[in-house]
Amino acid sequence: MTSTVEIRRDPVDCSGKDPAMLLRMFRKMLEAREFEEQLYYLFLTTAMPGTMHQAVGQEAVAVGVVSALNADDTITSTHRGHAHCVAKDVPLKEMMAEMFAKREGSCRGMGGSMHLTDFSKGMLGAFAIVGSGIPIATGAALSARVRGSGQVAVSFFGDGAVNEGVFHEALNMAALWKLPAIYIIENNQYALSMTVEESSAVPNLASRACAYGMPNRRVDGNDVVAVYDATREAVERARAGDGPTLIEALTYRIRGHARFEAAGYRPEKEVEAWKAADPIERLAAGMIAAGAATAVELNRVRAEAETVIEDAIEYAQSCSDVEAEDYLTYITAEN
Amino acid sequence: MRQLGLSAAIREGIVQEMRADESVILLGEDVGKFGGAFHVTHDMLDEFGANRIWDTPISEAGFTGLGIGAALTGLRPIVEYQYLDFIFCAMDQVVNQAAKIRLMSGGRAKTPLVLRGPQGATGRGAQHSQSVEAYFMHTPGMKVVMPSTPFDAKGLIISAIRDDNPVLFVEHKLLYGAASPGGGKALSDSAIQAIGVDVPETPYAIPLGSADVKRQGSDVTIIATLLMLHRSLTVADQLAEQGISVEVIDPRSLVPLDVETIAASVAKTNHVVVVSEDTARAGVSAELVATINDHCFYDLEAPVQRVAAVDTPIPFGPAAERHVIPQVDDIRGAVLRALSD
Repeated sequence: MTSTVEIRRDPVDCSGKDPAMLLRMFRKMLEAREFEEQLYYLFLTTAMPGTMHQAVGQEAVAVGVVSALNADDTITSTHRGHAHCVAKDVPLKEMMAEMFAKREGSCRGMGGSMHLTDFSKGMLGAFAIVGSGIPIATGAALSARVRGSGQVAVSFFGDGAVNEGVFHEALNMAALWKLPAIYIIENNQYALSMTVEESSAVPNLASRACAYGMPNRRVDGNDVVAVYDATREAVERARAGDGPTLIEALTYRIRGHARFEAAGYRPEKEVEAWKAADPIERLAAGMIAAGAATAVELNRVRAEAETVIEDAIEYAQSCSDVEAEDYLTYITAEN
Repeated sequence: MRQLGLSAAIREGIVQEMRADESVILLGEDVGKFGGAFHVTHDMLDEFGANRIWDTPISEAGFTGLGIGAALTGLRPIVEYQYLDFIFCAMDQVVNQAAKIRLMSGGRAKTPLVLRGPQGATGRGAQHSQSVEAYFMHTPGMKVVMPSTPFDAKGLIISAIRDDNPVLFVEHKLLYGAASPGGGKALSDSAIQAIGVDVPETPYAIPLGSADVKRQGSDVTIIATLLMLHRSLTVADQLAEQGISVEVIDPRSLVPLDVETIAASVAKTNHVVVVSEDTARAGVSAELVATINDHCFYDLEAPVQRVAAVDTPIPFGPAAERHVIPQVDDIRGAVLRALSD
């Protein structure tokens, strides 16, 4: 079975958008891409522990959503979470150190690729059991309500997660209580090998929100501005006390499910077609078309993104390895 | 001193913490308008309002996750399960999320979360009777608290709320006591009237991991929690008449476990019986026997005797349920076996 989602390759419509914001989006998407491409290379060539899941091709979703948030808004992420962390300003050096299982890592070398966390950035955690972060983000939204903080909580999850029970339990409660929550389905069209059509009776996943009377949108997930606009609307609704929103962002996972998984269940032509719809290049074309940046400026950002990841790798390699008994102090908190 | 039932004591502890700390909130099925299926939370909605007392839909996994998310963002949620059997609906949230987040984040997260509810066999059949504590005792990152008296219940719920980790707080339906409205039948065992029913009105905290010697003795040690503690005290009374001096220890929390108090008792009596209402296989009693073996082997003069529920789902029929759950006679028999070698 192959994807039936329309593939758009047109430049992102950047008209009326702040050039500084667009440039930041471009930078963040590049950093996320470069982080994962270098990680893949490191897995091939060095003794990287563990596994990782790449979101190459999906960066516009993470960056578009987070660009519409405040720094103190919170997110939950998934096993495929590097781009969410990059978007949320988790320090790249600490992220990379975590990949190398270093004490200076985001999670002190205790979490790894699938459990990146940084409370100082509102990154509540990457929850690698599919769907599990959905009620947790909803709890952060409830907490924001109780504390009167005005914060919004966002949960990122994939198309596979909508068939977990907690998706429905959490969306129902959020809608019932009009919590300031935003649910982002990163529909990359495959839950490992299973297409949306093979696992969901109704493939329009945004429509699941109708059962809860929740506003919902389907957006082009490779168009960072479209994702941003949809999220901004949801954020305004949430902060106004008008409740949650479900956004389905249609995108594509260019790589396999995990580390070296070859994704042989997908037609090569389909993968190539989606590669040609690259969200970073669509933004670059849109920015140039709108006069928001020149090719020279964008090339400089490309070079800077490469440098910043090289620096992160160099830093990570200079950090100290996790020692055998480090974990002992992390099992329970001492009051 | 005042006489409070166990459910009233838990309620008082929660109410006092909620008054003292506005980050404490309560979530669960029927906890607000209805006041809780066992009335532990009655009238709290009136005092604290709907922003702190959340009547949830029947979505155990979902509202457990909400509790976790709230705990990670500055609140101290208390999640009530109408029966602890229902916590199994939320196993992923408890075991994979709440218990692991601290380690996964390299100690950057704290999850101050109390998961509480009633358990115990009371004629309700297999899905409203199970003792669940062993599952969570087996889950690193969790604490497991077992209050057997109203005095302990108040001091322990206050400690559980103040703790920065996920805490399972296990209540026994038969111990709730008649002193609370709708609290069910009071236990008729005379022993429950004899200890710990005086509950100070001022807040106090009993540290988790501090066992209590509920009765001093010199010939044999019984270790038991919840209802089994009271049945053990009854056995101790009976055997005192035969000149056997029984020491009864209530661990009060299984995680952390006060091994020191247990070991000191075993060093004195040299004979041990462990009693638990959960099933025997890989259960609380199994863990206690292993712990005693690890720490006290050379103090033992006889094999440790174990009294636990039969390895079966709990049957409905009263005679069958009695057969499955340890009774006073079963405990007495085990004590006599321990002393007979």
